[in-house]
Amino acid sequence: MSFAPDDVARLARLARIDLDADAARDVRGKLDAIFALIDALQSIDTTGVEPMAHAQDIELPLRDDAVTAGDCRELYQAQAPAVAGGLYLVPKVIE
Amino acid sequence: MTAAPPAYHAATLGELARALRAREISSVELAQQALTRIGESQAALNAFITVDADGALVEARRADAVLARGEAGPLTGIPIAHKDVLMTAGLRTTCASRMLEHFVAPYDAHVVARLRDAGTVLVGKTNMDEFAMGSSSETSHFGPVRNPWSAACVPGGSSGGSAAAVAAGLLAATTGTDTGGSIRQPAALTGVSGLKPTYGVCSRYGLIAFASSLDTPGPFARTAEDCALLLNAMAGHDERDCTSLDRPREDYLRVLRAPATAKPLAGVRIGLPREYFADGLERDVASAVDAALGELRALGATTVDIDLPMVRHAVAVYYVIAPAEASSNLSRFDGVRYGHRAAQYADLSDMYCRTRAEGFGAEVKRRILVGTYVLSHGYYDAYYLKAQQVRRLIARDFVRAFGECDVIAGPTAPTCAFKIGAKADDPVQMYLNDIFTIAANLTGMPAISIPCGFTPDGLPIGLQLQGNHFDDARLLNVAHRFQQATDWHRRTPAGFVA
Repeated sequence: MSFAPDDVARLARLARIDLDADAARDVRGKLDAIFALIDALQSIDTTGVEPMAHAQDIELPLRDDAVTAGDCRELYQAQAPAVAGGLYLVPKVIE
Repeated sequence: MTAAPPAYHAATLGELARALRAREISSVELAQQALTRIGESQAALNAFITVDADGALVEARRADAVLARGEAGPLTGIPIAHKDVLMTAGLRTTCASRMLEHFVAPYDAHVVARLRDAGTVLVGKTNMDEFAMGSSSETSHFGPVRNPWSAACVPGGSSGGSAAAVAAGLLAATTGTDTGGSIRQPAALTGVSGLKPTYGVCSRYGLIAFASSLDTPGPFARTAEDCALLLNAMAGHDERDCTSLDRPREDYLRVLRAPATAKPLAGVRIGLPREYFADGLERDVASAVDAALGELRALGATTVDIDLPMVRHAVAVYYVIAPAEASSNLSRFDGVRYGHRAAQYADLSDMYCRTRAEGFGAEVKRRILVGTYVLSHGYYDAYYLKAQQVRRLIARDFVRAFGECDVIAGPTAPTCAFKIGAKADDPVQMYLNDIFTIAANLTGMPAISIPCGFTPDGLPIGLQLQGNHFDDARLLNVAHRFQQATDWHRRTPAGFVA
């Protein structure tokens, strides 16, 4: 696997991370090295092997759909970059 | 005139608890000693991101009142610090990232609340690799942590500040988190004991997520016995983490309390994976681990060679699964609800992109990009699904091995502490530090690192013991018996003796 400049630009777009030209060049070389390590997996025969998503094969429990934490809006919004009237503010998205 | 209270920087938790009960020292005095040592060491070690002297003294006074009433538990009044990836209500929690530089946690992580309820006194938050992604504690927005045994060297990572704080005698106990070795590898490189419990034993609630199927909170201390004491407080079911296990309470100290005998490890079969003793292991590490195995045999254990043929793929599997989960988990940092927001932007999409470009460091960005790639359309099966399949093959190796042995032993890391900057620009070399530790995260099995020797240059070496699911107490017992017969865990770095 070798990354072209366009591949890196696409990934950065998908990940919502701005990369300037220097950062893109640096990350491209490092991604090549990282995938050289990862690509060794392709040679392993995994026919019929159930993927392992979790450290233990247990069924994840569901808890009751009940309010437990109470109203934390003010507490949480105290951390927000911009709020008004109990709402999170973002740049205008509808013209 | 009253004499100054004796210094307790080299004491274990048990010794501190006894001194507190005997009124040889108060919790306030202990907290003051810790705060002084932290302040004096900060320029040299950079082990802390935030110190909360006022909060610590309030909690210490409360602990002294509990002690005076005779209602103290084994951890009442003990100063402690948490890795800055664990949420601490009302106290800044940064993940060592510019993204969360000014974030004040609105609630406690479950393990933080458990240790608070047990009477510990929170003195501050320890430095780490940004978002726990690293093996050297160099990627922190707040600058690298330095190893108390050599200022030129890294302390390992990602929980480097927590490890360094115990190694330098700033505190007797700290917490960390371990996603691919982030407790055990820094424990090895700084000469302290560090436990990654079985996945699900300690809740991840309030642990700022890196890779949710791997992240595990755990303790650092001088001794395995102290780790058991801390685990007793940290473990427990929490329905706010759907992977937290609902199991009967376990006393992790119970087997450790049995009196020492000449052969306390009689009947224990220790597996030695051929793959862990292969080429690439530093000579000093190999000889220290060999000597430790000799000690374990002298204590009555038997050793048996085992094979873990798939374990050589563990690093590759990890560097698919962990970045995949990270790219999903870190999508929440968008500059809207909390954390950094770029000052200049054209529109909403531009705000996300600039916020994340400014807020995340280079290694975090790289892992998000790797994760984005392996989860993207057309590559999911080839990378992510494939890695999950090989993860199962690795787990099967361990299940098979634990049919032939009770505990697996080997080096924690292939080398001792390396120089700051030596691997900073080579991610693959950095990733290979975790070659022996990653498998326990993939399988969810417990593992501990304990000190087992030093290089001729005076750098610590760690022995890793791995167990089957829920064999945490057995691991702690083997480590404890080793520490009863050795004194590697009692050594203190020269600059931090008094």
